[in-house]
Amino acid sequence: MPASVQIPLLEMRGITKRFPGVLALDNVDLVLHRGEILGLIGENGAGKSTLMRILAGDYPADSGAIYLDGRPVSIKGVRDAIELGISVIYQELNLAPNLDVASNIFLGREPRKKLLGIVDKRALYSRASELAERVGLSGNVTTPVSELSPGGQQLVEIAKALSVKSRILVLDEPTSSLTPSEVSKLFDIMRKLRATGVSMIFVSHRLAEVKEICERVVVLRDGRNAGELDKPRMEIEEMVKLMVGRDLARFFPKHGQLEKREVVLSVRGLRPKGAKSEISFDLHSGEVLGVAGLVGAGRTELVRSLFGVDPPEAGSVEVKGRATKVRSPSDAIKLGMGLVPEDRKQLGVILEMNVAENISLPSIKTYHPVLLDRKRELQTAQQVVDSLDIRTPSLFQRVQYLSGGNQQKVALGKWLALSPRILILDEPTRGIDVGSKSEIYKLIRNLANDGVGIIMVSSELEEIIGLSDRVLVMHEGRCTGILDGDQITEENIVRLATGS
Amino acid sequence: MRKLVGMTLLLIALVAAICFYQVLTFGGVAFFRPENLSNLAQRVGILGIYAIGAGIVIISGGIDLSIGSVIGFVGVIMAMTVSTFGLNPWVVALGCLILGVGLGLWHGFLIGRFNLQPFVVTLCTLLLLRGLARGISGGISQKLDGFSTLGNSSILHVPIPFWILIAVALVVGFFMNFTVYGRYLYAIGRNAEAVRYSGVNVNRMRTAAYVACAVLSAVAGIVSVSYTGEVQPASAGLMFEMWAIAAAVLGGCSLRGGEGSVIGIIIGAALIKVMYNGINLLGISTEWEWAVIGVVILGGVIADAAYRQRSERKTS
Repeated sequence: MPASVQIPLLEMRGITKRFPGVLALDNVDLVLHRGEILGLIGENGAGKSTLMRILAGDYPADSGAIYLDGRPVSIKGVRDAIELGISVIYQELNLAPNLDVASNIFLGREPRKKLLGIVDKRALYSRASELAERVGLSGNVTTPVSELSPGGQQLVEIAKALSVKSRILVLDEPTSSLTPSEVSKLFDIMRKLRATGVSMIFVSHRLAEVKEICERVVVLRDGRNAGELDKPRMEIEEMVKLMVGRDLARFFPKHGQLEKREVVLSVRGLRPKGAKSEISFDLHSGEVLGVAGLVGAGRTELVRSLFGVDPPEAGSVEVKGRATKVRSPSDAIKLGMGLVPEDRKQLGVILEMNVAENISLPSIKTYHPVLLDRKRELQTAQQVVDSLDIRTPSLFQRVQYLSGGNQQKVALGKWLALSPRILILDEPTRGIDVGSKSEIYKLIRNLANDGVGIIMVSSELEEIIGLSDRVLVMHEGRCTGILDGDQITEENIVRLATGS
Repeated sequence: MRKLVGMTLLLIALVAAICFYQVLTFGGVAFFRPENLSNLAQRVGILGIYAIGAGIVIISGGIDLSIGSVIGFVGVIMAMTVSTFGLNPWVVALGCLILGVGLGLWHGFLIGRFNLQPFVVTLCTLLLLRGLARGISGGISQKLDGFSTLGNSSILHVPIPFWILIAVALVVGFFMNFTVYGRYLYAIGRNAEAVRYSGVNVNRMRTAAYVACAVLSAVAGIVSVSYTGEVQPASAGLMFEMWAIAAAVLGGCSLRGGEGSVIGIIIGAALIKVMYNGINLLGISTEWEWAVIGVVILGGVIADAAYRQRSERKTS
């Protein structure tokens, strides 16, 4: 049947998607053949998830077309996608933990008895057993999902997709929470499914796994097709090269003087709460120390233990040569630290309070130990608003009405009144438009030039490389390397971050 | 601010309605008779004191259900120790205030250290203290003689309980509006975790709120027992926490935390007591009181929500 071999199962052509302030996808093509496992890779923000969400019907593309078996289809909602045989399994699983395996597989589509329309338990369990067997899910289908391992839960999701007769299965970072043996089991199942005619798109950061399971890989970079690799040329180095590689200089301010300065913070054998390994490093005044790693590498845990949100299980920090333990954020602040947390809206600012109240919160007690010094509060807030160029109609505007970038400036600005020596920034530009991003980069660099030591955690390699003087790379809770100067390349970071 | 104006207007409207009705039916205004006003001030005074206590906790994002039981327990302790053992009532009163401090610390400790829910913790105190009050008194009504001044006398024609309310309102109002700690409490009510990330000892502040509430409840208990001169262990202070919460909510506190003012709470307390008084003056059978008050509070809350939705639609 040469004709059907030539017509691909799925074609996405010229897909473009714009979000306010960002062009997420720019004319992207993707082709999936029958019985193929296709890899889809790219850095965070490259557009992988957006592309898959368009395929799943989560939101429409601004332009472009999707063809199934060569015929154009329109996917207006999740229901359309399912009817066309497309299922997406997301990183965060959508299971009801208290229900058993069978009920989860058929949730909302339980087989019913003709009479009365009550759930046909017998049919439910026998059909669920068949599907469970097909995906290699051992054990009973009456087990509550919460008692399964993450790997088992993943298989339930796959069984769920098969129960709606999916021909195209998208797996978004399916291995991120699996153990190596669970991963190889998952791969066996995927190969078995491929043999029965199911095609899969495997979205992953783990290049070694992509190399192992996929025949072909599509690489996205900044919302565009960066290239495609077939089996013989699918080497990790090649994939990394396609993922990265562009002019980083345009966005980022020049680095400061890099002569060695005094150590402002030295971390010794710090073991964050729940972590298995210890971390040691020094932070100098005037430097930006980037902390890179994949999601789940333990970066946020490191930050939380440094700042005393979750006191560390072991280890100490030395500030100005004195070893101390940080047991609470107020301890950390007394040592001259400030934190701009990852979750800006929940932890960085108080949305229902105004700009002045937010900015003064950490420092207000330093104006007067008991009494509220409103005059000083407003002066300080005005200075911060001016120096960070926070765009707000007044100091009394509720922070919830500011843009994301300006909210982030408030979350950063509240520390400035305390003249911190150490600033920890966790994902400082997440969810912020491009213009505000470059402003925040400038602010970070200016603070460093003023002698502040900055720890910047980020998932965006581009900003890690563009801004950092040194980079600490983490993988599965361990520090796998500290890169300096010329060693700071995307290839090196990706290699250390993937543990390969 | 808008809510405050609304509630004040409601209060005025209520008084006007009562007077109007009285003029029509009895040809005179009983509401403004000195005895009635003095009586009303006394009652608003006592409710106001413990409602402010409840308000502080509600502003900090918590809840205290133990108020009524504290009031009943304090009354029983006062009456029994003074009449049975002949202790000086002022010394016992001081002891009750210290008890309030201890109780607040205990609540703060359980809520902060063990992360227990305030509702559950203070519900247990509600049950515990009521049971203790009934147990140690054998459920028998207790008399307290020679301690009626605090609850029944007036200075400059204003009942002492109302003076105490003014003093409490000034102190708490100053604390909430002009100190760093007041700012912290409002902020904690909005988003406790973000406040912790800003270096504030959130547990200590929360504990302070529970201490204030328990102490003010004890004050209200002391004034109450002085006023009545007798305590029924099973019913003294019963449901008072609900009136306190109602006054706080009517006065602009949000049970989500972070909102409310002392003056608002006092207006809320006045509204509730004027409603009681009006029901009385209008000759409605007292069995209907709660139903009437329930309907009025619900109406106020719905009107406020409707107004807020409309203004939000306008701004967005």
